[in-house]
Amino acid sequence: MHSGLLIKNGRLIDPANGIDKKCDVSIVEGIIAEVREEIADSGRQGRNFTVIDAAGKLVVPGLIDIHVHFREPGDEEEETIASGSAAAVAAGFTSVVCMPNTNPVIENETDVEYVHRKARQARKTHVYTMGAITKGLEGVELAEMGFMAQAGAVGFTDDGCGVQDPAVMLRALKYATMFDVVIAEHCQDDRIAGKGVMNAGYQSTILGLPGIDSLAEEAMLWRDIQLIKKAKVRYHAQHISTGGSVELVRAAKNDGLPLTCEVAPHHLLLTEDCCGEYDTNFKVNPPLRGQEDVDALRQAVADGLVDALASDHAPHLQSEKELEFLAAPFGIASLECALGLYVKALIEPGILDWPALIHLMTEKPAKVIGIDKGTLGIGKQADVTIIDPNAEYKIDVSTFRSKSRNCPYHGWTVKGKVDKTIVGGEIRFEA
Amino acid sequence: MLGLRELSAEEIGYILDTAVGFEQVSTRSVKKAPPLRGKVVVNLFFEDSTRTRNSFALAANRLSADIIEFTKKTSSVSKGETLLDTARNLEAMGIDIVVVRHNAGGASRFLSRNVNACVVNAGDGFCEHPTQGLLDVYTIRKIKGTLEGLKIAIVGDVAHSRVARSDMWAMTKLGAEVTFVGPPTLMPAQAERLPVKVSYCLDEVIEKVDVINMLRIQFERLGGNPFPSIREYSHYFGLTAERMKRAKGNILVMHPGPINRGLEIESEVADGRNSVILEQVTNGLAVRMAVLFLVNQAAAQRVD
Repeated sequence: MHSGLLIKNGRLIDPANGIDKKCDVSIVEGIIAEVREEIADSGRQGRNFTVIDAAGKLVVPGLIDIHVHFREPGDEEEETIASGSAAAVAAGFTSVVCMPNTNPVIENETDVEYVHRKARQARKTHVYTMGAITKGLEGVELAEMGFMAQAGAVGFTDDGCGVQDPAVMLRALKYATMFDVVIAEHCQDDRIAGKGVMNAGYQSTILGLPGIDSLAEEAMLWRDIQLIKKAKVRYHAQHISTGGSVELVRAAKNDGLPLTCEVAPHHLLLTEDCCGEYDTNFKVNPPLRGQEDVDALRQAVADGLVDALASDHAPHLQSEKELEFLAAPFGIASLECALGLYVKALIEPGILDWPALIHLMTEKPAKVIGIDKGTLGIGKQADVTIIDPNAEYKIDVSTFRSKSRNCPYHGWTVKGKVDKTIVGGEIRFEA
Repeated sequence: MLGLRELSAEEIGYILDTAVGFEQVSTRSVKKAPPLRGKVVVNLFFEDSTRTRNSFALAANRLSADIIEFTKKTSSVSKGETLLDTARNLEAMGIDIVVVRHNAGGASRFLSRNVNACVVNAGDGFCEHPTQGLLDVYTIRKIKGTLEGLKIAIVGDVAHSRVARSDMWAMTKLGAEVTFVGPPTLMPAQAERLPVKVSYCLDEVIEKVDVINMLRIQFERLGGNPFPSIREYSHYFGLTAERMKRAKGNILVMHPGPINRGLEIESEVADGRNSVILEQVTNGLAVRMAVLFLVNQAAAQRVD
């Protein structure tokens, strides 16, 4: 039986219900029972009630990251659902969405159930998964979207690559209209991207590395926008990275198309100049772009064009990253410091206030994938994150619960520390 | 010695001056000098190379170093040992200088961060080929006296050329005005931000320049189909005898080799009176001796 919790004296931010004030929350049987300005704790002692004093802290709906790679099955040496889940709760995330580019690929209901079973065993955070759009992520034959949706897959993507063939993508989008699911795309036209390993620009020229032109992303995003005019299904552009993509999203939303998009912390904070010393921890796909792209993405967030902040947590072994820039794998492990990064990128420069940031990490991403999460409404499952907004700390990869250390933010000082993470009414993380 | 980008004009000048002293070693009857006696140089080549590898080997020999040849056709990654492990293993054998050629831009920089031995870049991807850049400016300086104010065209596949990049750094630092010439499909991204002019028309450039460096069409690096045919490429960018008629009488014709005769350069021009292609090779030896000598000297000072 769940114990009850009473969270007192915190600043409660629940964007879905328009709340931002000092408020107490009580949780009974894993459900949000009461949200009021003052809930007395008298009479609750002895009834297995824990009282948490959240004075000076933010009490927010459990954070949601709709784009992580937990590498299981297949690459358990990089990350497992258990280690990733532990990292997630330590970072305040009560729900995460795994990408299906594992080995084997998540492409049928058994695979989906496997992820769910591992998550239940880990007993840390809620773990959802997307399924593949095409079998083996090969971009040819559709994977069993229906069965996967029935098993609980929250969307479909060939993330890691985009669906190259427009006819296949159109077929996938049309087919998906049968179900209430989102089709997500890693927008990258491989024919334009070629063998690029970083942004095509001044830095790639100087470093003598093959570049990925921003057009690789924009061409596919443009194509997909045309396709969803034909097949009206919820479409989600993953980790957009260029100013051109922002303009495409803006136009598509103005046209009323069912399109959402996400932005990753590195595209809000880092530029291609970071690759100057060939540090492979900055090798990521989509690649780090120019300052003008960072500015455009931040402006997009300010303009409300972005629907979710998502880490694209992509753990890799140190031995894999200790290769030539050309040969090292793409990916940044950032789940565990994501909140601090968003604070640095968006709150500190005054682009967002706390309620707006929390909105982009809770109800909005929940809506992208269509799950009933991200609010502290009465009767909802009690996923709550308590944040000390002013606590500063130094990012130290050696403290990560994640198995991987490929984090370019090591040594950065950030603000916004997770104090407690409550999942389904249970305290799963305490600082 | 990883690249010319980070060197100053003075440092480049110092290397060139040092090379002048070594040039005469090759003309003596006993073609050997002692400064690297007891030192071990490894030629770590992950890409095909004849000229550069032999040139370094000979340079090391003439300086009395011991030289190990380590040639690996394919670079590590997919099978076998990583670059890092290879280097660490070599280092465990007690080498002093690693001369590395690799298909990945930044490979030499990566090595130098991870080993104690001195690293000399003998070409990394299409990032830099510093000794080629040095021997090119050495050759020009020797004949023209200075690079200050010279107009130099570098023609061809600039995008995939480490030679073009090293030349650009060295030549512009020494005061020359460099123009990259080639089809737009073979220009690197944001070339307009580089300290060079860009032209797509060799005919416009040929009349104005004092030096023309014809890059090799590197079929092994060309992705896709950057120009429609060799015939059309040669028509626009080949250095033909016909085109040479409009060049300055004392123009220097250079080529880093190996030459695709009849493609980027006609035989008549490659072997003609303006060609300094073989002088480049000769000078390469002196320059590489200077580089090995100076690198060794710097390492000795580091230990002290």
